[in-house]
Amino acid sequence: MSFWSYSIFFAVIALTLYITYWAAKQTRTASEFYTAGGSLTGWQNGMAIAGDYLSAASFLGIAGAISLNGFDGFYYSVGWLTAYLVVLFLIAEPLRNLGKYTMADMIGSRFGAKKVRGAAALNTITIVLFYMLAQLVGAGALIKLLFGIEYWISVLIVGVMMLVYVLFGGMTATSWVQIIKAILLMVGTIVISFLVLMKFNFNFIGMFDVMRTATVHGESYLHSGVVYKDPIGLISVLLALVLGTAGLPHILMRFFTVKDAKTARSSVVYAVWIIGIFYVMTIFLGFGAAKFVGADAIIAENKAGNMAAPMLAGVLGGDPLESFVAAVAFATILAVVAGLVLSGASAIAHDLYAEIIKKGKVTEKQQVFAARMAAIGVSVVSILLALGSEKLNVAFLVSLAFCIAASANVPTILFTIYWRKFNTTGAVASMLTGLITALVLVAVSPNVINPVEGAAFFVGEPLFPFVNPAIISIPAGFLAAIVGTYIGAKRHEAAEVAYAEVRFKAETGYRGAEG
Amino acid sequence: MKNAQTPKNRKGTLLTDGQLDYERLIETDEFKQLVKKKKHFFRPYVIAFFAIYLMLPILTGYTSILEARAIGWMTWTWVYAFGMFVMVWVLTQIYVKKARSFDKDVEHLLGKHVRK
Repeated sequence: MSFWSYSIFFAVIALTLYITYWAAKQTRTASEFYTAGGSLTGWQNGMAIAGDYLSAASFLGIAGAISLNGFDGFYYSVGWLTAYLVVLFLIAEPLRNLGKYTMADMIGSRFGAKKVRGAAALNTITIVLFYMLAQLVGAGALIKLLFGIEYWISVLIVGVMMLVYVLFGGMTATSWVQIIKAILLMVGTIVISFLVLMKFNFNFIGMFDVMRTATVHGESYLHSGVVYKDPIGLISVLLALVLGTAGLPHILMRFFTVKDAKTARSSVVYAVWIIGIFYVMTIFLGFGAAKFVGADAIIAENKAGNMAAPMLAGVLGGDPLESFVAAVAFATILAVVAGLVLSGASAIAHDLYAEIIKKGKVTEKQQVFAARMAAIGVSVVSILLALGSEKLNVAFLVSLAFCIAASANVPTILFTIYWRKFNTTGAVASMLTGLITALVLVAVSPNVINPVEGAAFFVGEPLFPFVNPAIISIPAGFLAAIVGTYIGAKRHEAAEVAYAEVRFKAETGYRGAEG
Repeated sequence: MKNAQTPKNRKGTLLTDGQLDYERLIETDEFKQLVKKKKHFFRPYVIAFFAIYLMLPILTGYTSILEARAIGWMTWTWVYAFGMFVMVWVLTQIYVKKARSFDKDVEHLLGKHVRK
């Protein structure tokens, strides 16, 4: 580890800790803890959404995937960006209008039943744990590689940092860590992209000509199909990418940090521009790594290609740039896991403890205390899981999280807002069916059972052919919602009355007497 | 001011106990108009972007027409994908512009039926 790496690495840690210290002084109430008191402006929240969303999977994962597989890696960029149209057109404003701290609040605004909120909280916790495990194991491996620290120490560093941000600074600290990370990530990516383009003599079209002969794939590198040979499998992945975002609890939670739907809307717009520009630049990261680092060197470092971006930075800008990019990757992981801890903690402390167990009768002090305890709990559990999972291939955990989000949360969120007949039975049926279908299908998919030895946990023929089960589990979630609603129709006459209120508030943002 | 002119026979939008009568509110012309306008405006865009998005894997998975060269060695696959980015940015701006006009309708509606 060089002088550069040390200084940049500690600068990031020092800056984020200073922010946490500053944020801690203004985090007293539950609303301040969960949502920064709704005080963020549009651009701040837009940056924070980008910071929350552009995880290691985006920065390291896509760059690696494009460098090794060409266009097939770019599908992630297209899908994850288009997902924001779903969020903007269908979800952002009604969600902000109906919810308070969590996604379950919004569903609970229509269905008072404990089991509805419980199912929503269960989904949140499941998604958070899978997503977090992937980030932590990835972080451990990354820091181990970059700084030569042992895996378990790396995981502990990241784990303790995320806990410190959330425990003391709540959503205010988390948001600002995410904003800073978004700025660092954009700066780093723009610098690398500029250097890559310079190497290609600023000839964007010519770059494709060079890439045609730069890899072992030849011309196929420029077409779809290097990885996704089966069209149904490809469609399944793309469905999970485009719908999953709209059901990710840590992304949805960001919409409660602004004061109203108008600000939520403008924050999506900022986020779409930042995220979009970033994803365009993933082409330069990927092509640059393939051309100037080379697939052999990238694979030698990490089979999935995760080190492509830092290695490219090293080739282009030497030690200072590589260290900077490594620090960016570190900040990236910190920002994402902090957001995850917070949304997991809110599901436990707000949904399960305050709303279900205490039936909403808790003081601010109890609520904040519970939230801090839950943050510790979520952190400790995920750190322990991550410590035991070093050798686990965790890449599929992120796509599983997206798949559960799309199958278990999205149908219920959409129907809660837009379907008059939707009822408690439908909501619970949909959330549980989506969750269980996704989990079971992944458990019997090539991720877990694979004929190639060493590729998964078990050797054998998978019972389900696709890596991503979205094409089955998303329709299953919607179907269960509809079937459940008709089965439960006779028992839930009150649903319609609540719907009038939900519908009115969702469309107008009216929030009661002071509205 | 607690809405003095609302008669107790529930012709207004308040129930007798002072709660808003949401059943009645969502039946007002202004609300119905708002929902109808939103639906008419947004639905085609939502259907269009889903269709355009899903056409990409269908075209690349089942045909090879996007594998032809478009500009230099940049194939139509890439042009289509870049087109998706442009689509996202354009639709975002369209949404925001239209949503602002709906904000005005909402203000009018709340002014007429809720904040009296």
